[in-house]
Amino acid sequence: MKKNKSKENFIITLCDGPSCIHNKSKELKRDIEIQLEKKGLSDNGRIILSGCLGMCSKGPILIVNPGYTIYGHVTEKDIPEIVESHLVKGKPVSRLIIDEDHLYNRFFRVFGDVGFFGKQMRITLRNCGIIDPESIDDYISLRGYEAIAKILSDMKPEEVIEEVKRSGLRGRGGAGFPTGMKWEFTANQKSDEKYVICNADEGDPGAFMDRSAIEGDPHTVIEGMIIGGYAVGSAKGIVYIRAEYPLAITRLEKAIKDARDSGFLGENILGSDFSFDIEIRLGAGAFVCGEETALIHSIEGSRGMPRPRPPYPSVNGLFGKPTLINNVETWANVPVIILDSADWFRKVGTEKSKGTKVFALAGKVKNTGLVEVPMGTTLREIIFDIGGGIEKGKKFKAVQTGGPSGGCLPEKYLDTPIDYESLAKAGSIMGSGGMIVIDEDSCMVNIAKFFLEFTQNESCGKCTPCREGTKRMLEILTRITEGKGEQGDIEKLERLGNLIKKASLCGLGQSAPNPVLSTLTNFREEYEEHIKHKKCRAGECRLLLDYVINDKCVGCGACKRICPAGAVSGNPKTPHVIDKSKCIKCGQCYEICKFGAVDKK
Amino acid sequence: MQTSLENDRMAKLKKYMADVLEKTDRPESYLIAVLHRAQNLFGYLSRDVMDEIALTMNIPTSHIWGVATFYHYFKLKPQGKHSIAICLGTACYVKGAGDILRTIKKELKIGIGETTEDGFFSLHEARCLGACGLAPVVMIDDKIYGELTNQKIIEIINNYRKRDRKSKEG
Ligand SMILES: Cc1cc2nc3c(=O)[nH]c(=O)nc-3n(C[C@H](O)[C@H](O)[C@H](O)COP(=O)(O)O)c2cc1C
Ligand code: SF4
Ligand code: SF4
Ligand code: FES
Ligand code: FES
Repeated sequence: MKKNKSKENFIITLCDGPSCIHNKSKELKRDIEIQLEKKGLSDNGRIILSGCLGMCSKGPILIVNPGYTIYGHVTEKDIPEIVESHLVKGKPVSRLIIDEDHLYNRFFRVFGDVGFFGKQMRITLRNCGIIDPESIDDYISLRGYEAIAKILSDMKPEEVIEEVKRSGLRGRGGAGFPTGMKWEFTANQKSDEKYVICNADEGDPGAFMDRSAIEGDPHTVIEGMIIGGYAVGSAKGIVYIRAEYPLAITRLEKAIKDARDSGFLGENILGSDFSFDIEIRLGAGAFVCGEETALIHSIEGSRGMPRPRPPYPSVNGLFGKPTLINNVETWANVPVIILDSADWFRKVGTEKSKGTKVFALAGKVKNTGLVEVPMGTTLREIIFDIGGGIEKGKKFKAVQTGGPSGGCLPEKYLDTPIDYESLAKAGSIMGSGGMIVIDEDSCMVNIAKFFLEFTQNESCGKCTPCREGTKRMLEILTRITEGKGEQGDIEKLERLGNLIKKASLCGLGQSAPNPVLSTLTNFREEYEEHIKHKKCRAGECRLLLDYVINDKCVGCGACKRICPAGAVSGNPKTPHVIDKSKCIKCGQCYEICKFGAVDKK
Repeated sequence: MQTSLENDRMAKLKKYMADVLEKTDRPESYLIAVLHRAQNLFGYLSRDVMDEIALTMNIPTSHIWGVATFYHYFKLKPQGKHSIAICLGTACYVKGAGDILRTIKKELKIGIGETTEDGFFSLHEARCLGACGLAPVVMIDDKIYGELTNQKIIEIINNYRKRDRKSKEG
């Protein structure tokens, strides 16, 4: 059934991101439909399912337009009231409105047309939550595909490249290479065939920006790629996306088909002599395939092993042809630059880092979800103003950016502005957008070990330093967390780490030691405590803890029965005790005690 | 001995490969797509299936084997009825996914990548399921369970077992 959009009086946007689905957003859709039906409103508006809206901890999220009122924690019982009060009487239901002055919900209100004041927070995610990601008409109604019309009628490929260069856009996949320069290198190659690739492999294990960008607004990425294809003289685009992202894949497939049916993809786009089409290729769960040369091997149908660069893909890429590779978020910026001009884009951000960056904020922070901020925003603003600070009144300890290639920054770096250079100077990296907040309950040695376990597991095995060196480092870290750390371990870790960085072929190995090295710099005393005093101040390394029974013990005997080491003694109904010398620190007594009588110290 | 169901699946896979061979320029580059399709159909990549792909696509089995073992997504052994994927992404990890994993391992008596003796559960690790706000998280088949505690995960596992028992009885 096709609805007449001019008669549309309202739009209800329901988040169908993973957190909101868990909080029953899908069930709400039916409840809303039933209520609309009851009030005879079914034909006056529509319900949109959008990807993650970035307010996951307040889910399920529902946005009602007119008014762009954001409702959080909505349950089935609230639906009749929302429909009756908001839609029929025009009075929003104030008790459900999420109305904290967080940057992330301000954008909904500033979004009219193209707000020009540099306050626009959402460039990449500008349409997410606003349009129906499965409707090309919605995308077009917000100036979608207008950039294609513009370049095809008024701009030569060189001019497009010049504009992207002037915008100052840098790669959002992690390394921050100037996008316009990359385009120019690829354009300058003479070849009968060239490729344009969108890297949607999103390997950082704590991040989901690219996935949400595609789920919420797939056409933006497609439009960006078409512009890239035109600029470098390529007729073929490929999106390399993780197989673990089924919803993003389905939405992308539909968007590509719709774009083709509307004449934005395929032969002679919009009647010009430019032809371009896009194909989807699935990854298969290998972190190293996010690296561009490995990714190319994977598309070619081989094992995703990196190779030395140069030659860079812009010269010798997919099937030996010049290839332009950019990240999802990078692509999503391109249509905006073309439409709103490089001059406008340059106004957002810092001297060397222009535009905005999307982060997946998570960990021990109150408001988790996606945030998009102008470059230059400080870590403190993101974590405390947008993120609402640390959960449960705990103390901030560190923030991790850049995932397994990045580092952990302590409090003294909280006022660091987010840009490629400042973060690198502080000892971490921008990375692709994972931002994990760590509080006093987490052990930094353990965090470093977590990342190293990941990279060691994902090392493709081609270079010995990366394959074997990370294994040695991991052994040392494991020893330290088990209370078997030795004098000299810290120095060994540093030596090995620096060696691996220097001697590895690809970015995986070159950056794998970073989480360890950065925690060694910023949290050295925690390593020392583990090694010298066999203590873990966060209480996470269980083999370094002492289990002690306190005076809450009622003598139920549960711990005594479960203890595999026979370390607990005591008569029924009298306080029990743990024999430290027998205890193997398995923690079972702690878990089974119903009276909170076992302490870990 | 092949069942008719399996013949049917094999026919589908062959059709898919025929399409790739016919409609694409560089069919060998679609190997990973073919493996995805095969795993989709059969649940895992058996030696027989890989041989068939080798024959049809004219790619050495050794190459296919190399590719299938390189990528974590491909399963080389039959899988349990339900797949439990525990998220070991960073956000889940700092919120105690390690503990949940220990509990699951103990409860099911299997490690990551293994299947329970009764063939009911397989255990996998996942990296960020996009639900960090609910950390720690597991995904059982297609359903996400969040804000887990040791107790909660055991309850969830038991519910699956109970439902299975009921469906067998009635
Ligand atoms: C181990 C490793 C993993 C990577 N993973 C990703 C990834 O998941 N997504 C991504 O866009 N870039 C990733 N990159 C960076 C890519 O190699 C490449 O630089 C990037 O896709 C270029 O796009 P950009 O200039 O738009 O950032 C990774 C690099 C390395 C070394
Ligand atoms: S550095 Fe590691 S991941 Fe990269 S090519 Fe060498 S072994 Fe493979
Ligand atoms: S931690 Fe384990 S070994 Fe130690 S007393 Fe408790 S149950 Fe026994
Ligand atoms: S999943 Fe709904 S806001 Fe993130
Ligand atoms: S880290 Fe587990 S869902 Fe994101």
